[in-house]
Amino acid sequence: MSDPDPTSSFMGEPDAAGRFGSFGGRFIPETLMPACIELDAAFRDAWADPEFRAELDGLLHDYAGRPSPLTECGRLSEQLGLRLLLKREDLNHTGSHKINNVLGQALLTKRMGKERLIAETGAGQHGVATATAAALMGFECVVYMGEVDMERQALNVFRMKLLGAEVRPASSGSRTLKDAVNEAMRDWVATVESSHYCLGSVMGPHPYPWMVRELHRVLGDEAREQCRALLGGADPDVAVACVGGGSNAAGLFAGFADTDTRLVGVEPSGGAAIGGGVPGVVHGMASYLKQDEWGQVEEAQSISAGLDYPGVGPEHAHLSEIGRAEYFAVDDDEVVNAFQVLTRTEGIIPALEPAHALAWVIREAPSLAGQTVVLNLSGRGDKDVAQIMDLLKGEAK
Amino acid sequence: MSTTEPVTTATPLPPAPTPGPMEARFRTIRDGGRKLLVPYLTGGLGPWTEIVRAMADAGADAIEVGIPFSDPAMDGPVIQEASELALRQGTTPGSVFAALRGLDAGVPLVAMTYYNLAFHMGDERFAGEMAEAGFSGMVLPDVPMEEQEPWRSAAEAAGIETVLLAGPITPDDRLARICEQSRGYIYGVNLMGITGVRASLGEQGAVLARRMKALTDKPVLMGFGVATPEQAVEVTQEADGAIVGTAIVKRILDGGGPDELHAYVSSLRQALDAS
Repeated sequence: MSDPDPTSSFMGEPDAAGRFGSFGGRFIPETLMPACIELDAAFRDAWADPEFRAELDGLLHDYAGRPSPLTECGRLSEQLGLRLLLKREDLNHTGSHKINNVLGQALLTKRMGKERLIAETGAGQHGVATATAAALMGFECVVYMGEVDMERQALNVFRMKLLGAEVRPASSGSRTLKDAVNEAMRDWVATVESSHYCLGSVMGPHPYPWMVRELHRVLGDEAREQCRALLGGADPDVAVACVGGGSNAAGLFAGFADTDTRLVGVEPSGGAAIGGGVPGVVHGMASYLKQDEWGQVEEAQSISAGLDYPGVGPEHAHLSEIGRAEYFAVDDDEVVNAFQVLTRTEGIIPALEPAHALAWVIREAPSLAGQTVVLNLSGRGDKDVAQIMDLLKGEAK
Repeated sequence: MSTTEPVTTATPLPPAPTPGPMEARFRTIRDGGRKLLVPYLTGGLGPWTEIVRAMADAGADAIEVGIPFSDPAMDGPVIQEASELALRQGTTPGSVFAALRGLDAGVPLVAMTYYNLAFHMGDERFAGEMAEAGFSGMVLPDVPMEEQEPWRSAAEAAGIETVLLAGPITPDDRLARICEQSRGYIYGVNLMGITGVRASLGEQGAVLARRMKALTDKPVLMGFGVATPEQAVEVTQEADGAIVGTAIVKRILDGGGPDELHAYVSSLRQALDAS
C-alpha cells in the first residue's frame, strides 16, 4: 500500500491557526486552549513516531479487522447501469468506520497520560466505539447523547452501558447530537486536566478536524489501492460518502483527493449545512451551519440520528468552496428506499447514514451510466432495523 | 504527513490603544479604593430592563447583559434554561438592542454572548448596533485572543471594548498576552468549568488573580461560581472586582423582580464596601 501523499494540494494540513481556507480555527473558551495546543503537539509527535504508528496499525489490523474489503455489487450494478463498489467499513469491529478514529485517539490519550474519555454521540456508533476503546485500554468513559437519540437508538445505549461506559442524556436544546456536543464540551472544560475529549467527527476546534481526518485516511488509502488493483491501475470515476459532520467522507476523500476521481458528499435534506451555504461559528469551528436569521443554530431533521447535525466539518466547507468536492442532499424517503434496495439486491443491510450516499447514486444513476462508483458503506444497519420495522409497520416491501 | 512543529501565530492586532472609557472609569473607581461589582443577567428574561436599572441603583459598577444564544457551551444549567426561555419568548439580538436604546442605566453595559450572533449579522453591523444600544464592552467566551480578528477591529471602530477571559491553567506567556490585549477589564475565570453556583471556590481563582495582578495594572475581575456576599469578598481579596451571574439569573427565573434584585445586589455591594 502506498503512503499517503504528504503534499496533497487539496487535503493537506490546515494552516497554523487550524484553517482550511476560511473555515476551521479554534473558537473555544480560553480554559480549553491549553488542551487543544497540547493535543496538537501530542498528535504531531505521535503521528511522526513509527512506534505509535505501528501500535495503531496493529490494533486496526488485529482488533478492528482492517483492511476492510471492497465489495463489487453484481446485481445492483446491473440494475443501475453502473459499476458500484462498496468500501465495507460496516465490517469493522463495532460495525462502523468510527473505530479507526477512536483507536487512534485512545492511544493518544494513553500517551498524554490521561485516563478518562469523554465522547458525544448521535446514532451511538461513535459512543459504542469510544466505550469499546475505553474497555480495551481500561479508561473511564462518559458518553453524552441527546435524549431524543437515546430513544431512537436504545440498543446502542445499552451496548455502551454493557461496555462499561456511563451514558449521560443531553436534555437541553434540541436534545440531539449538537446538544450532546455542548454537554461534552461542558464536561471537558471542567475536567480537561485528566480527560481527553474523544470527538467523533472531523469537526470542533483545531486539531480535531485534521486529526480525525488523518485517523480515517486509512480507509481512503485502502479503497484507492483496492480500486486500482481491481481496475487495472485506474481510479474510480466517483467516490461518494454520506456527510453529517463528515468523518467517513473525509477519510474516503483523503484517499482520492489527488486523483481525478470526482468526490461527492451526500447530506440529509433536513440537515444540509453545505447545501444551505450559510457560514457560521459553533462547536469551536467556522464552517457552514444551519441557522435562523439571527444566527441561532437550528435543529437538523433527519431519519438518521448520525446525520442530525446542523453543521459540517470545516474541511468539507473548504472542499466545497474550492470546488474539489460536490455536496448534494437526499430526503428520508429516498434513504429508506436505498436501505431496502441494498438489502434485497446485495444482502447487505446498511446503516441509514450510508444509505444516504446510495440514495444519491440511485437517483443519479442515469447520469452516472457506465461509470465506476466507490461508495463508503460506513456502517451496518443492525442499529436501524427496529426503526425501519416501525416505519414500514413490519411489512418490508 | 508533515512533522513540523506547530507554529503559534499571533493574530495581527491594532497597536495597543489607550484605555477606553470603560477601562478608564474602572481604573478610577478602583484607584479610589472601591471594589468593582458587575452583575450579569440574561437579556429578554422577565422585566430585565427594569432589573438592569435596579441593579445599577444598588451599586453595580457595570452590568453584563447576556444576549441569548441557542448553544451556550460555556454556561451551566441555570443560564442555559434562561437562554432557552428567552429565545422561546422571541428574544433576538435586535430585540435586546431595541429594549436598551434610550435606557440610561448610568453605568456601562457589557454584552456577553457567543460569536456566531455577531458573525452572522456581520462584525461591523453588530458592533455598530451594540454601540447604538449603549453598550461599552463585549465578552465572547468562545473567542480566544487568536480568533479576535475581524471582530476586534470592528469593535474598536465602534468604540466597543473587547474583554478577554483567562483561566486557571492559562500558561504564563498566554496570560501576559491576554492581559496586554484585553480591553475594559480582564475576566478571570475562577475555576475549571462552566458558569454556575459553587458551594466553595477553592484556591485556583485566587492564584489566577494574583498572577494577573503581577502582570497588569488593568482592572482584574473574577467571575464563575460567585453567588454570596462572602464569595464576592473572597474573590476580591486579590482581584479588583467580582462578576456575579448565575445567582442573579436564578432569582429572575424564580420570579424575582427589580426589588428583589436590588436587595441582592445591595447585599453584595455592602459586603464589598465593608471588606
